[in-house]
Amino acid sequence: MKGILAQYDTFPKLLLRNAERLGDRKVAMREKEFGIWQEFTWKEYHEHVKYFSLGLTSLGLSPGEKVAIIGDNRPEWVWAEVAAQAAGAVPLGLYQDSTLKEVSYVIDHSDSTFVVAEDQEQVDKILGMKEQLPKVRYVVYSDPRGMRGYKEPCLIDFKQVENFGRELEEREPDLYTNKVAAGKMEDLALICYTSGTTGFPKGAMLSFRNLLTMATNLMEVDPKFGSDEFVSFLPLAWIGEQMMCLSSALLTGFTVNFPEKPETVQENIREIGPNIMFSPPRIWENMTSTVQVKVMDASRLKRTMYNWALPVGYEYADTIFRKQNPGPLLKLKHRLAYYLVFRALKDRLGLLGIRTASTGGAALGPDVFKFYNAMGVNLKQIYGQTEISGISCIHRDGDIHFDSVGKPIPETEVRISETGEILSRSPSVFLGYYKSPEETEKTLVDGWLHSGDAGYFTGDGQLIVIDRVKDVMHLTDGTRFSPQFIENKLKFSPYIKECVCLGHEQDFIASMICIDYPNVGKWAESRRISYTTYTDLAGKPEVLEIVAKEVEKVNATLPETTRIRRFLLLYKELDADDDELTRTRKVRRAFVGERYRHVIEGIYAGAASIPIDAVIKYQDGKTSQIRTTLAIRNL
Amino acid sequence: MSLLRIDDMHLSFGGVKAINGVSTDVARGRIHAIIGPNGAGKTSLFNCISCVYRPQRGSVYFEDRKITGMMPHQIARLGIARTFQNIALFHHMTVLDNLMLGRHLFLKRGVFFGGIYLGPARKEEIENRKIVEDIVDFLEIENIRKKPVGTLPYGLRKRVELARALSLSPKLLLLDEPMAGMNLEEKEDMARFILDINEERGVTIILIEHDLSVVMDISHRVSVLDFGVKISEGDPAHVANDPHVIRAYIGEDDDFLREPEAH
Repeated sequence: MKGILAQYDTFPKLLLRNAERLGDRKVAMREKEFGIWQEFTWKEYHEHVKYFSLGLTSLGLSPGEKVAIIGDNRPEWVWAEVAAQAAGAVPLGLYQDSTLKEVSYVIDHSDSTFVVAEDQEQVDKILGMKEQLPKVRYVVYSDPRGMRGYKEPCLIDFKQVENFGRELEEREPDLYTNKVAAGKMEDLALICYTSGTTGFPKGAMLSFRNLLTMATNLMEVDPKFGSDEFVSFLPLAWIGEQMMCLSSALLTGFTVNFPEKPETVQENIREIGPNIMFSPPRIWENMTSTVQVKVMDASRLKRTMYNWALPVGYEYADTIFRKQNPGPLLKLKHRLAYYLVFRALKDRLGLLGIRTASTGGAALGPDVFKFYNAMGVNLKQIYGQTEISGISCIHRDGDIHFDSVGKPIPETEVRISETGEILSRSPSVFLGYYKSPEETEKTLVDGWLHSGDAGYFTGDGQLIVIDRVKDVMHLTDGTRFSPQFIENKLKFSPYIKECVCLGHEQDFIASMICIDYPNVGKWAESRRISYTTYTDLAGKPEVLEIVAKEVEKVNATLPETTRIRRFLLLYKELDADDDELTRTRKVRRAFVGERYRHVIEGIYAGAASIPIDAVIKYQDGKTSQIRTTLAIRNL
Repeated sequence: MSLLRIDDMHLSFGGVKAINGVSTDVARGRIHAIIGPNGAGKTSLFNCISCVYRPQRGSVYFEDRKITGMMPHQIARLGIARTFQNIALFHHMTVLDNLMLGRHLFLKRGVFFGGIYLGPARKEEIENRKIVEDIVDFLEIENIRKKPVGTLPYGLRKRVELARALSLSPKLLLLDEPMAGMNLEEKEDMARFILDINEERGVTIILIEHDLSVVMDISHRVSVLDFGVKISEGDPAHVANDPHVIRAYIGEDDDFLREPEAH
């Protein structure tokens, strides 16, 4: 891998290499459309990038300018990114579900002059904020559906841009090759806006060196092959997806598959049967709770088999992780469990072909972790930040610990500062935040990246991440606890979707819990409990009791001093649109603490219930008034 | 230019006059709404156009060809498709099968070729599946294409029914209360689909709908029926201010209805 980098040190160069090496013989991308997996070979991939890149140049995109890309995962997204790089410009991704305000902030802050938007929905966001975005010259759209009535002169079809590129190539046949050759490893390759649990998003500037060294170093300990299949369904604006779809795919030449619709992801994963997967915890958690609910609905025979097989799987996985040899009886039982249950289960989830899967971005509950390893899915924890191009630590095969995030990848140094903060240094550490030197200074000190995470190393060199430094809380009696640790345990319950643990400088730990609407709804239906809305369901005393049972289960696994004493069920789900979560679904504690201040005060004042009079904003901008009472449950 | 012309139509069931001398023109490429209080004769008018009922007097011309008296399947072949107030789909079949069935009219191969799925039959199936997949994409129902219709929520079934009507590749689409029973979001989606069908596919649409705000928003022309009589017609703004219409909806007596022959 290192050898390739010596000669092909940018994305466009690597693409050129693959087009020459693999040409029409290998599929680079698939996108499901019209019910069929439409294929694009490396040659086609290269041509689209070439013409789009030249098209952008002919529209006046000059080197160093920024190109913002927004939309669902589709080939055009990736083409636009590499095309911008080939033209010497800098691409940046936007989360497709961002609100108008977020979109315009990032586009404006990044000084983008071109926006590549997927469809009408995204174009509307840009046009809606056009006055605030004077720097934007062109908005390119790739799906013309519904766009017939749009007359704005700045709008242009993706295909039209490619046509301009073809015309330019006729006039200047060597232009593209020269432009690609001019690219250097140290060039700014991508600005990755991090969602950030506090304040406005920050733009991490990453060079080709950052992105490519991270991918090669990771591959040394977690290899990927040209024959692998990968399904891309997480936002391409996220560094993890960038690492897979761009850096890794371009280096190895594996096939990236784009699902038909966000709603068909699960089905499409099953059709492809990917060999590699990298997802944040919420994806793994969702799959687990789906399985748990489906099992509840299954026939008695299936349920019995599942309930027998799962503990066998746990025992087997535990034995392997203790690095012991499972005895012949356990081996036999596990083999039986595999053929009776796990194989079918993996097939249903589309995980049958998985050779290596990882989870990162946030901590995954140990129970979920165990669940996949029990099934025989090689799920590993990774650790890293956008600022280090994604990944700095990963579990090694056969060396998996539920509570650790593994060991640093090659060329990466990780140490713990005196204050207990995790610091790291590697060639993949970013160049700085775009237009905010103060922030860069705080994060990047003498080449060491300050993560803001608290952690420590175990005796055998495994890194353990406790929580965000600023999130570690302590009770009035001095007991320290990590709210995230408790929350992850709670979220393993199929009835709990999201929760926020409280207790900083208080006498005890309390929790605000959001129920999992579909799962609790199903449970309620089977008990003949009628309900109308989320708020109504969350207010049912029966629901409070079933959640209380789940909380008690979690409490039993926690030390006496850090158990949850009181909790309540929130009347709405935490939502990224309300700024309560980040786009990658991490809880923004400060904001939630402020917004639910009177609820939290009520909990600690010992109230038995808290009256709520709130306004809920829906996605279409409508609002409605909610009046209810939240009952508090003591444990 | 008019695509559909209704000429002095009369339909009665025994003593009940469902339609009493209605004439109208539906221009090509337009969205034409038909509104009116319950029992005004809107659906009866649809049934006469699609030849489910046969009017006692008057005729319907489609592309200047008289279609009154034809069989419903002949009407479908001419390019008129419709959806129903109560969803008419095969509930145990998947969405795809329902749509492919909509294409049945265009399949020429018989039981033998179809049964062994060879050569021409296979080619034909693929061609028609392409058309169906295009509609699936258009109406954004990819994620349910293999689900049995009976398991779908109501709003989606309505959309599937629209897809089924579209799979006939119609020139004229009759939509009988496409938004009845929908929530606001579903209504907005449906309105957008109707506009898209009209503008991108160039299909002329006749629409019966009770939600007046939707009608006023999306239609080019509105006809108002009351007790089987057309009491007003024109662009939405004109109709909304017509005193006859206001009276019909509020329920006062109207001279118009007392002596329809006078007009």
